[in-house]
Amino acid sequence: MAVKLKISEYAKNEIEKILEKFSGVQGSLIMILHAVQEKFGFLPKEVLELISEELKVPLSEIYGIATFYSYFRLEPQGKHVIRLCMGTACYVKGAADLLTALEQMGLKEGKVSEDGYFSLDLVRCIGACSMAPALMIDEEVYGKLTPNNLKKLLEDFRKENP
Amino acid sequence: MPKRAHILICAGAACISAGEESFKSALEKELKNANIFEEVKIIETGCFGTCDLGPVMVIYPEGIFYIHLKPQDAKDIVQEHLLKGRIVERLLVKEVELKKPLPNINELPFFKNQVRIALRNVGFIDPLNIEEYIARDGYSALGKVLTEMKPEEVIDEIKKSGLRGRGGAGFPTGLKWELGRKAKGDEKYIICNADEGDPGAFMDRSILEGDPHSVIEGMLIGAYAIGAKKGFIYIRAEYPLAIKRLTYALEQAKSYGLLGENILGTDFSFDIEIRIGAGAFVCGEETALIASVEGKRGMPRPRPPFPVNSGLWGKPTVINNVETWANIPEIILKGANWFSSLGTEKSKGTKVFALAGKINMTGLIEVPMGITLKEIVYDIGGGIPGGKKFKAVQIGGPAGGCIPAEYLDTPVDYESITSLGAIMGSGGLIVMDEDNCMVDVAKFFLSFTQDESCGKCVPCRVGTKRMLEILDKITDGKGEMRDLEELEELAKVVRNTSLCGLGKGAPNPVLTTLRYFRDEYIAHIRDKKCPAKVCTKLIHYEVIREECKKCSICFRNCPVGAIFKDYDGTYVIDQEKCTKCGICFQVCPFKAIKKE
Repeated sequence: MAVKLKISEYAKNEIEKILEKFSGVQGSLIMILHAVQEKFGFLPKEVLELISEELKVPLSEIYGIATFYSYFRLEPQGKHVIRLCMGTACYVKGAADLLTALEQMGLKEGKVSEDGYFSLDLVRCIGACSMAPALMIDEEVYGKLTPNNLKKLLEDFRKENP
Repeated sequence: MPKRAHILICAGAACISAGEESFKSALEKELKNANIFEEVKIIETGCFGTCDLGPVMVIYPEGIFYIHLKPQDAKDIVQEHLLKGRIVERLLVKEVELKKPLPNINELPFFKNQVRIALRNVGFIDPLNIEEYIARDGYSALGKVLTEMKPEEVIDEIKKSGLRGRGGAGFPTGLKWELGRKAKGDEKYIICNADEGDPGAFMDRSILEGDPHSVIEGMLIGAYAIGAKKGFIYIRAEYPLAIKRLTYALEQAKSYGLLGENILGTDFSFDIEIRIGAGAFVCGEETALIASVEGKRGMPRPRPPFPVNSGLWGKPTVINNVETWANIPEIILKGANWFSSLGTEKSKGTKVFALAGKINMTGLIEVPMGITLKEIVYDIGGGIPGGKKFKAVQIGGPAGGCIPAEYLDTPVDYESITSLGAIMGSGGLIVMDEDNCMVDVAKFFLSFTQDESCGKCVPCRVGTKRMLEILDKITDGKGEMRDLEELEELAKVVRNTSLCGLGKGAPNPVLTTLRYFRDEYIAHIRDKKCPAKVCTKLIHYEVIREECKKCSICFRNCPVGAIFKDYDGTYVIDQEKCTKCGICFQVCPFKAIKKE
């Protein structure tokens, strides 16, 4: 048996609220996970256990869903999230070169940088095809990138958002 | 008070990313400074379609179209255009060949060659205002259906129109509805598939962001026709703006009595709920989508039974995609004969495409079926930028195929596209030029489908993986000629034996590139060369000694220390250490580094 970790009262309350909101809605598990992730930034194991207990759904089933869909994360993210677009339009305009450049700067797909500042996700099409190749830092889109101006962009971003 | 001017600003996702919001606030400030804020009405609309030119706007009554707007342009627009009536020429579109500015939005070749049905309101109305939708005949098709037509008559009209599913497979919509109506069940469901997963496609998103009520009205009409009381819109989580506008539109429709109990005073009741996807491409497949709406892992199941008989929670369910639903009200209002007069014999009406890649006018267009690919790429899309040579157009997303230059005269309809080995798909059109390697493109799509394979059936789970390994081998320069045969054989097995559309379509990019660009595969295998210079393992960089100015920029920028100074002060690349990142090639100001 896994060791039971403590979960704060606050978190517990928030989860209860979410579960209450969706009680009686048929097939709401995905919507619940969305709401939880929005609240906590990712899906902590302890929270999934709590949901499992409350909904009387086996943890394995919840874990199965959380890992099936790429939108759900089981690990926390960096302070700022880079989403590199790997959609077709960006790809044919050189998104792979951007990925190489990011890797040379020490970032890895799905991982948080050592200092916890950036994490890198590869995403399918952020809809900024006219600015391809593009990426998002948090909610902001940056387009028409090259490995060179990308390097500068990240340096400037760090300076502006210490 | 009548307004001096109406300004429509595009608030589509691309224009927002390009800085629409800061321009709009600058414009409002300038209008206030000039004391004419009250005399001008600013409306933020959905996507105009001209994403490459963003942020864009149109000033009516003249219909003057301004592009690439920056906050500092606001002053000129207010002072010159609105106050003095002089067009700000520097902000107009310049026609490429004649170099003359085109002021009027309707003169642009981009718009002139389009026929807009599904996009009829996108870019013309404020999506957050139901009154504007109603003013453009919105919800009158619903009124007509509820008061003048029997459900069977509605189905007949849709059947007669020849409308086929716009999600890609092209199943006749009217027939699907008829099957749904005839299916036995105490409860029936309607689903709108808004899980637009094809990378590089943004048709459905633009409709939902720009004209959400057209989809809601279409669903209402469908629900009445098949006898459903409840509908779901399954939308990608990656589309937050579309979700926001759709949620808002649903609430508006409810408050106007257009959703809920006893709609328009009749005994017809219908309600719509939004379900948000969570990033699984396979959920675009209808049975997988249904599983996901039920809150489960989105895995497809064998058909039959088809969803029209046993769908959501085992009940009869009709699923259509966003664009299909958006077409419905217009067909009801203008009639099946009008709709079927557009298009070709078997493909009626229009199709929305998202144009992207190596093309001058990236954007969203709607064209009549039967138009040629050439007209789309050159007349509407403005051709290939930078004087490069056209190589292929990829149509149909990861399940589609690459069509080469010699087939550019092919008319766009379901059958013609399929005969070339591609599929119509949901409407992504990605243009590629001579700098794109077709083996690499095939690998890109296959790695996408391989990654998105749900793993339920063996051909898709293992077959795509093995195919990808062969492609990797080829692009690494380790390919053998017999790999091509093996690839083809494997592709056919995956296509013929996979459970759902994802696996069945996954080999298409490989098969079409093998069919039309076999020499490129052979060049990779036999000559160990990538003709487009894309596959890194097959290219190498070298300093041209005579051109080197000894500036040391390459030396300082090399991330792996693979560049060293030679005896005469010029630089040399250590091929052993070089990771082929290409940074030296990009930073050299004298073009003294060659790529081969």
